[in-house]
Amino acid sequence: MDRQLLIFSTLCFLAAVVRSSVALRARVFRRSRFNFGMILLGFLLQSAFLGLRGHALGRCPITNLFEVLVFLAWSIALIYMVIGPAYRLSLMGSFTAPLVFLLQSFALLAPIDAPRTGRVPPNAWLEFHASISLIAYGAFALACVAGVMYLVQERQLKTRELHSIFYQLPPLPNLFSAMLRLLWFGFALYSAGLISGFFTGEPLPWTKVTLAIVIWIAYAAILFGPRLCSMSPRHLAAFCVAAFAAALSLLWSIEFVAHHA
Amino acid sequence: MKLFCAGLNHRTAPIEARERFAGHAGTIARLREQGEVLLLTTCNRVEVYAATARELPTSEIAQALQLHGDDVAPGELAAFYRYENDQCARHLFRVASGLDSMVVGETEIFGQTKRAYEQARASGGAGAFLHRLFQRAFRAAKQVRTKTEITRGSISVGSVAVELAEKLFGDLRGRKVLVLGAGETSEKTLRALASRGVSDLRVTNRTAARAEELAQRFDGMAVPFTGWLEHCREIDILLSSTAAETHLVTPENLAPMIRHRVDRPLFIIDIAVPRDVAPEVNGLEGVYLYDIDSLQSIADDTLQLRRQQIAAAEAIINEHVADFSRQMAQFGAREQRVATLHPEIPATLRVSEL
Repeated sequence: MDRQLLIFSTLCFLAAVVRSSVALRARVFRRSRFNFGMILLGFLLQSAFLGLRGHALGRCPITNLFEVLVFLAWSIALIYMVIGPAYRLSLMGSFTAPLVFLLQSFALLAPIDAPRTGRVPPNAWLEFHASISLIAYGAFALACVAGVMYLVQERQLKTRELHSIFYQLPPLPNLFSAMLRLLWFGFALYSAGLISGFFTGEPLPWTKVTLAIVIWIAYAAILFGPRLCSMSPRHLAAFCVAAFAAALSLLWSIEFVAHHA
Repeated sequence: MKLFCAGLNHRTAPIEARERFAGHAGTIARLREQGEVLLLTTCNRVEVYAATARELPTSEIAQALQLHGDDVAPGELAAFYRYENDQCARHLFRVASGLDSMVVGETEIFGQTKRAYEQARASGGAGAFLHRLFQRAFRAAKQVRTKTEITRGSISVGSVAVELAEKLFGDLRGRKVLVLGAGETSEKTLRALASRGVSDLRVTNRTAARAEELAQRFDGMAVPFTGWLEHCREIDILLSSTAAETHLVTPENLAPMIRHRVDRPLFIIDIAVPRDVAPEVNGLEGVYLYDIDSLQSIADDTLQLRRQQIAAAEAIINEHVADFSRQMAQFGAREQRVATLHPEIPATLRVSEL
């Protein structure tokens, strides 16, 4: 039952992706309520899935890589819905939907939904640490999306080849400030997640801790880089994209290592 | 009732002919005795839309549009087109949507059509038939505008530059602009920028008096030609249009000025020929240089895109014509029934009551 909810949720995000792609091909790329509606419906189905899983597990449903990816996709959709309309970045949905769709499709298709044997005793610190870190990843994902939008627009302006999507993208200064806000928000949550990890009472695997600190340092460098050296917004956007790609790979590695250990 | 339109436009008649037939409310007063009559005049067209009980020949309409009351020559009459019923509706929907304009997709015609309708409504020229026709035309035009890209972008160099600046910065209010060279082209672009809310305008020119004159006109500030480069530290938009024979802006002289403004883009519009700004300047971080050719190329692309959108716009118009036709058929049937039951009621009263 819970997987069916997730399948329907993934189909909602796919609908948003298809709609944006068709509009892009027809060169009538516009903001639409349809996309926001589909993302909202997809988010509600995701929430229902996580609710059912959490109820069955008796704790926050992030016990394996499958659940981690779904929780990450849920945080991305959540943060988009909070910041998208507020910062008039509704077009971000057209960039967010493919990311969520890919994450959930991978989660559904890959054999990574390993069932837990027995109930895991609840651990408030551990659940706080894991969930807050994943929401931070969601913010980093959206900063990455804003970075991609920035790079696409910057490239078109430099090459003077202005496609239909150019006219729908938010102005460069708006994208830059949205990117910074998301980075700061994600960084604050990630720092809280990192610190809370030391209070879980669980043994601390050094690989996990080292990788987590590496990611923290990478984002700190991106945030403080422009103050220390003259890093341009274009470089910041590029680093933002690269850091999230690296962080996602590391997240997967951490789970992979933990699973095989 | 017979619904039709007749008139001439930029494609069928030269400007001299359009001037001769530029009728007004006074000249078409005679036609109004026949039923509903509406006059649409713009710089590119003179058209009469009418719903009358008897058929009005085109020659009679041409005569009414004649400003000087002379007889209309047969050659002049050939420039007039005439559309009836569905074809009349299709023509008006295309006109209001900007599909029949000289510049496809221009939106000014929508306002002109609306004004013509409001005037006719106020003077009693437009009744139930024309009301339905024009309301449907406005709906069709709005749908064409929102569902297609036919009105997107700008098609003149100056407006492309302003649109790009607006796109790049979002809001031009509070942006700082430096104008290099106080020629006619600069003035036009400056006017467009000022109309979008740019308030900090600085002008520099080899002839200081000309710079001061232009700056005064736009409530801006004249800057000495020897010190304009320093202003590049603060400005957001540089508009250059001088008669200089060598590049005034180069990576070497601009780079030190923008070193500390990494998070603020600088948009350079170079509309001078020969160019004032070295093309290598576009390679600087955060600098976006557009010369006359690149602006013209964007304008051409926009026009091309608008043409590609014509089919989509025509499809929307076809739907509205079909709807309007059905609506008119029902209306006609109702009118017929009333006419059969109450032949004593005059046709005009029947129509207005229905």
